[in-house]
Amino acid sequence: MKIHEYQGKQLFQQFGVNVLENRVSRTPEEAAAAFTELGGAVAVVKSQIHAGGRGKGTFIEKPEQHGVQLVKSADEAREVAAAMLGNHLVTIQTGPDGKKVNQVIVEAGCDIARELYLGIVLDRANKQPVLMCSQEGGVEIEKVAHETPEKIFKERFDPAQGIESYQVRKLCKKLGIEGKSVRAADKFMKALCRLYVDTDCSLMEINPLVVTGDGGLVALDAKINFDSNAAFRHKEWEEMRDLSEEEESEVRASAAGLSYVKLEGNIGCLVNGAGLAMSTMDIIKTHGGQPANFLDVGGGANADKVTEAFRIILSDPNVKAVLVNIFGGIMKCTTIAEAIVVAAKSVGFTVPLVVRLEGTEVEEGRRILEESDVELVTATDLGDAAEKVVATLG
Amino acid sequence: MSILINKDTKVICQGITGNVGEFHTRGCLDYGTQMVGGVTPGKGGQTVAGLPVFDTVEEARLQTGANATMIFVPPPFAADAILEAIDAGIEVVIAVTEGVPVIDMVRVYDAAKQSNSVLVGPNCPGVITADECKIGIMPGYIHQKGCVGIMSRSGTLTYEAVWQTSNLGLGQTTCVGLGGDPIVGTSFIDCLQMFQDDDETEAILMMGEIGGTAEEEAAAYVKEHITKPVAAFIAGRTAPPGKRMGHAGAIISGGKGTAAEKISALEAAGIEVASSPADMGAAMKRAIENAN
Repeated sequence: MKIHEYQGKQLFQQFGVNVLENRVSRTPEEAAAAFTELGGAVAVVKSQIHAGGRGKGTFIEKPEQHGVQLVKSADEAREVAAAMLGNHLVTIQTGPDGKKVNQVIVEAGCDIARELYLGIVLDRANKQPVLMCSQEGGVEIEKVAHETPEKIFKERFDPAQGIESYQVRKLCKKLGIEGKSVRAADKFMKALCRLYVDTDCSLMEINPLVVTGDGGLVALDAKINFDSNAAFRHKEWEEMRDLSEEEESEVRASAAGLSYVKLEGNIGCLVNGAGLAMSTMDIIKTHGGQPANFLDVGGGANADKVTEAFRIILSDPNVKAVLVNIFGGIMKCTTIAEAIVVAAKSVGFTVPLVVRLEGTEVEEGRRILEESDVELVTATDLGDAAEKVVATLG
Repeated sequence: MSILINKDTKVICQGITGNVGEFHTRGCLDYGTQMVGGVTPGKGGQTVAGLPVFDTVEEARLQTGANATMIFVPPPFAADAILEAIDAGIEVVIAVTEGVPVIDMVRVYDAAKQSNSVLVGPNCPGVITADECKIGIMPGYIHQKGCVGIMSRSGTLTYEAVWQTSNLGLGQTTCVGLGGDPIVGTSFIDCLQMFQDDDETEAILMMGEIGGTAEEEAAAYVKEHITKPVAAFIAGRTAPPGKRMGHAGAIISGGKGTAAEKISALEAAGIEVASSPADMGAAMKRAIENAN
């Protein structure tokens, strides 16, 4: 689960991580008032969307306007906010349609001496969280990691202990952080590691992390993703979630307990199991087709869930055919066959349907489909199914 | 021989009084697994599927002599259940539960490594040794005793591979569902080691997927240490970056963990890579023929 920069910064403040004073604004007037309240000679207006690359990104409706801009008066803050709010910001991470900006923050200016990068992620190979830093702040960190991995410094830490002071000192040495800034870094990094663990983050990034003229450390940005598995112990996430940032069909699927990801193709897929669902997408592509989605109905699917799955798949106007691929284990083929019959009646299929059933109670499942009046093509194995569904598109 | 579990393995189920726990306990009993009891805190003294229920794993182990456990405890309590099984000295701990927070698994992984227990999972279908012992949620009847050791990060994809190797007459020794989470107790490398040392296993089939670097690490290990033929399949060639594909661990992040990277690492290690999920059994057969 992703949250906005301003929400991340609120968490930073709670954990004692330095951020600049800011105000969330949803209208140009609020932005102008925020500038005045902050009282500085300059401020920065920043679009709030769940994607990076905002500074370089531009708006579809106002191609000359970037997603982040320095302003020098309340009037300018108002103008810039007006150019951002309600418009669609396109960045390297959003895709060509961009994302609608519903709120901006107006943030105080700051005396930047240096820009660094700091991130915390899970080191899967070593099974521990790892804090990563680089002197190459403000730029695309993936590029640094790829081209000059030696410029990224890492320290793993035990979630219960957090990062140790000696580890912070090691990082400071490599980053060229000296003098009283080392003490500031100790407090800063320890607080971030505690935040990462206590709030069940799956990723945290500060790019740039700023060393100020007077030697302090400030998080100029805040990117936080949460581990969705931990939602049961974070009721507060419900309020932080911004549904307008998510694909509508994906929100609907998650409410129904389905795992769904919308893609660009035209062959809808309904599969049980994540690995098999991914493989089904792959084999469609191998046979020259393009999958319209990833959809795992899960092991405990019933007729209601499968019907909802069909509805979601068919609500995508790009879908021109649907492939159902079930390897029944816990999920019986009869359950899925009955669900297909029910769904066909209540949803109404307007596109060709190819069904491949295998596994538990497969004979009975096939018989249910044959005896029903649902129009469909049956397939014997995965390859056959992919070939047939691609063939329906002509 | 086989790996991890066999006809002598005595199994308890943690979470046996829940619907899912009871259902799969019965499924394992039907397959012929020596299920000897179950554990649900506060429900000791009850009987489920004809088996005694205990309050603690320690008690269950002492009373039944269990040396393996199958865990269906819900996510908020799963880490604790795994730790309890490790503490009780259960040798093979198989966690089926999906949705355990990753940070919990950092601690649990550490505890497992420092113990004599082998943890498989979480978020996995379980482990099965064909015709001997099934611990988990896989459909038993698709398995056939044979020569291929199977290991996989995905459930239904494993069934697909099992089905294909059964239909080709290769059959399986043991199939291990490693689990789809970012941190799981047993890795491809752990399994490769066990399969290499197992006399009955003549060939190894692995199913990986996008996310992390477990397949790349396995490829390097195969090149150095494995003399048996190995075939592989990687799911997610068409998966978009930055999106979690069902499994918590199946995500391409920061441009890392793509199928292309994994496939090239596997091929560089001389592993026969299946071109499609319909080709997994055939790829295994090719690898065996090439080795002979």
